Amino acid sequence: MHIAVLIKQVPDTQEVKIDPEKNTIVRAGVESIINPFDLNATEMALQLRERYGGEVSVLTMGPPQAESALKETLSMGVDRVYLISDKKFAAADTLATSYTLARSIEKLSKETNPVDLIICGKQAVDGDTAQTGPGIASRLDYDQITYVVDVDELELKSKKLVVKRRLAKGVEVVQAQLPALITVEKDINEPRYASLPGLIKAERYEIPSWSADFIEANPDHIGFKGSPTWVKRIFTPPPPEGGPLFDDDKAVEKALDLVFENKHFREAVLGQEAE
Amino acid sequence: MADKKEWLDVLVYIEISDGKPQEVGWELLGQATRLAGKLNQKVKALIIGNGASKFAEEAVSYGAETVYVVDDLAYETYVTRTYCNAFCKVVNDYKPKIVLIGATPLGRDLSGAVATNLQAGLTADCTGLDIDEKTHKLLSTRPTFGGNIMATIFCQKGQPEMSTVRPKVMKKGKPDTSRKGEIVNVDIPVDPKDLTVKVLEFIPDKAGTVEIEHAKIIVAGGKGVNSPEGFEQLKKLADLLGGEVAGSRPMIEAGLLPQERQVGQTGKTVCPRVFIAVGISGAIQHLVGMQNSDVIISINSDPEAAIFQVSTVGIVKRWQEVVPNLIQELERRLN
Amino acid sequence: MEEKFDLIIVGAGPAGISSAIVAAMGGLKVIVIERGEFPGSKSVFGGVVYASEIAKLVPEFWNEKRIPIERRITDSRLVYMNDNGALQVGYKTGKFAEDPPNVLSVHRAKFDRWFAKKAQEAGALIICNTCVEEVLRDNTGRVTGVRTGRPDGDVFGKMVIFADGIQSPLTVRAGIRPEVKPENVALSVKENIQIGEEEVNKRFSVKPGEGVTFEMLGSMADDMDGVAIMYTNKDTVSLGVGANLKQWMVNKNTPYELMDRLKEHPFVKPFVEGGTLKEYTAHWLPEGGWDTIPKLYGDGYLLTGDTAMLFNTLHREGTNLAQATGRMAGEMALEAIGKGDTSEKALKAYNTRVMKSFVGKDMKKYKGFGHFLFKNKDLFSILPEFVGETCEEMLRVDGASKREKQARIKKNFGRKIGLMKLLKIGWKGWRIVR
Repeated sequence: MHIAVLIKQVPDTQEVKIDPEKNTIVRAGVESIINPFDLNATEMALQLRERYGGEVSVLTMGPPQAESALKETLSMGVDRVYLISDKKFAAADTLATSYTLARSIEKLSKETNPVDLIICGKQAVDGDTAQTGPGIASRLDYDQITYVVDVDELELKSKKLVVKRRLAKGVEVVQAQLPALITVEKDINEPRYASLPGLIKAERYEIPSWSADFIEANPDHIGFKGSPTWVKRIFTPPPPEGGPLFDDDKAVEKALDLVFENKHFREAVLGQEAE
Repeated sequence: MADKKEWLDVLVYIEISDGKPQEVGWELLGQATRLAGKLNQKVKALIIGNGASKFAEEAVSYGAETVYVVDDLAYETYVTRTYCNAFCKVVNDYKPKIVLIGATPLGRDLSGAVATNLQAGLTADCTGLDIDEKTHKLLSTRPTFGGNIMATIFCQKGQPEMSTVRPKVMKKGKPDTSRKGEIVNVDIPVDPKDLTVKVLEFIPDKAGTVEIEHAKIIVAGGKGVNSPEGFEQLKKLADLLGGEVAGSRPMIEAGLLPQERQVGQTGKTVCPRVFIAVGISGAIQHLVGMQNSDVIISINSDPEAAIFQVSTVGIVKRWQEVVPNLIQELERRLN
Repeated sequence: MEEKFDLIIVGAGPAGISSAIVAAMGGLKVIVIERGEFPGSKSVFGGVVYASEIAKLVPEFWNEKRIPIERRITDSRLVYMNDNGALQVGYKTGKFAEDPPNVLSVHRAKFDRWFAKKAQEAGALIICNTCVEEVLRDNTGRVTGVRTGRPDGDVFGKMVIFADGIQSPLTVRAGIRPEVKPENVALSVKENIQIGEEEVNKRFSVKPGEGVTFEMLGSMADDMDGVAIMYTNKDTVSLGVGANLKQWMVNKNTPYELMDRLKEHPFVKPFVEGGTLKEYTAHWLPEGGWDTIPKLYGDGYLLTGDTAMLFNTLHREGTNLAQATGRMAGEMALEAIGKGDTSEKALKAYNTRVMKSFVGKDMKKYKGFGHFLFKNKDLFSILPEFVGETCEEMLRVDGASKREKQARIKKNFGRKIGLMKLLKIGWKGWRIVR
């Protein structure tokens, strides 16, 4: 069995700011981490390998520094990693990204073994769109299941996959046909602590870098050119201005006086009709 | 079916889940009306499901001039492939310029597949929608990097221009049952080959599991509270107001509240009518989970606490002094 | 873990990496285990390295395209500070701007990463984010490996070099060296303040690429034995202040209070005014000197750098000694492993070499220096005050005759210090540095 995990290296979102003069994102000094959802995806793949055997490949589309994210998964114990990197991929939106990754999966299936299951994190914490996974499934015509929290069954012979999905009011048990793509929630498992041999393997591994030509990508569908969505502008949301503050003996009364005037408050607390 | 060369009009997807239309559809029809007005184009709706026709009138009352209905038993259960095929067929036949979808779990599952199929640009979780005066393109504004940075995005190529919007971000308009609209039944049978995904069962959450997302009033405690006795007080306040108790992440990690009561970036996003923040400093990860609440009352002894920046009113005192007083005052005013 | 190595090095700081470069270049299978995220992430220092020592490991490194050097030091100053003034003595020369470079200011994190790459290029394996928790021995007591906090984390080798810094709880727990006492340590805090490259050139009167070091002594740390440094980097200034740890424990000031005060001092302020704080670090410095040097060798192991308490207090020279002893330890490892004998007897040669080198010689020469500073508080209180008053008296033009001024100074001297006291301090100091 061949499981492919798609990961993304993202900036630590708490730290990101805009350069007020250039109106660009300041990435200097911001730490890069593996998208937390993708760590859980990797761990799930490793646990499935433990249960059912097979191999786990990890791919990422990114600049050369994304290699450190791949090394992290290597140290956890995955079998192979690939960096999909090319200047032509730059400024890709989710449509161009899903195209590039779909082509990469096809190349991977040809170069090694056909991929049976693709596991992605539900969303990346920088873009938060959750669009790339479904995009890839659509292009490869794989069955798609999102919000997965657990895999119940996986059988290659009968091409059966049974998973649990987290919905608002409960858990849905869904069956799909392999090959399939699932996107997983965060915190569904505890990503394993790398072993020393794992770290050593990661240190020594020569990560292959796949270019646009190598994955036979159509230049009109990748990067900036292949992206229908462009950013018109970015801005820091203006700091909100809060309401009045009270700190004296009558603070509670004053605060309540103020909110009792508010129609939303009255509607919620007194049951009065909102206009 | 109009044989159009041009892509026109704003189409809103009306999701049917649990046998009823999701509110976000009506919220988006309100937006669609505004946007279509600026373009001088029409507002349309798309409903897919078993029994979808029964909701067409309601869609009209919320502003849809035309409602496309794909009503078939095969669409009883949501499956990405079948819904995506149906959606794409309608879009390719009727060529809407703009498509809006509610960013519910289903919406997010569906929109990525549809957009990729159509090779269209899709912007997710928008907090603002507008029309560019010069180009007439849809301008979608959304938060990125956890909310630290806002981006305004447009589609430089591809049709339609697609965006998803989270529930409760836009306000729903008032329905007008006197409105008239065209209802078009679109027959899209499902190819049985497409039914490779099957829902085997649904395990509902234990009864009594709280959904703070639906509470109208929330009383939340943060690091400043940090004790079972403190949360007992908050529960008293919540009960008095008919609301729910919630907490910031550290409180869940300390075991003082269960996971489902966590508000914040890694917990739940809530927008109740009234949010009372007790001993919460207002770290960005928490703010993104509650800052859209209608009325925010904050209690914190630190005048510099960030929470005050989003509050309707703030009390800068120790919560231990304020909360009992608050309970007393409220009891007085409510009786 | 099954895979075995020749040499295991604990710590990827200057000492550890120096050992690794020598050993790997000599053909040994080397693994360096670092607890920080990357080499140098846990290192803190004042800010200068010595080119000659580095060149021994990376010949003519200054010709490389992108070396992590901040500035070449062409101006060195000694400053004696009182509360509102400073007496400085310095020497500036263009010669030190030429090749080969002499003393260089660097940014620790950048430099260590560059330096570590050299070890990797030579074939050493560097594993980060991994803490060594225990020393492993065989049943004769010989050190045969280390245990890390990772699953499957025991690694065995023919020898271990400990280069894990001044605290090294590892070697203390293993009984390899004693715990460090507060009075043998200085606690130092350092700020990296950004003022911009142009400002550095302007304020310090240096050409681009050239820099200044200030070694400061005096009353800036209250009545503690305060020593401060100020070094120029490309676009930032490193400003640090430290005092004996035991004194910090009783003194009521906090390190950042003293740092704030130092930044406000009329001598310091113009150099750092208006700058943005880029980095704030704190660290221990071995100050005990010669008497606190532990046994540097044993069955299957060697100690280097701060772990060996090798630090020249007078010259605030730690990195240099670390690199030198790291190099020597690497050479020792090559010999011992080559001969198949890593016993205590065989490794004694390392100790001999260290003691014969400038490392041992300087350590011995400045044997009681730290102690001397610690015991003579006057050096940091009354004396700087007196020096300041004397200078002011000499420089103030108030119509008094030179004779009158001399008399005033003499009177002040008698009141504040007295000849006996001064002679005593002078004599003690002379004996230390002789």
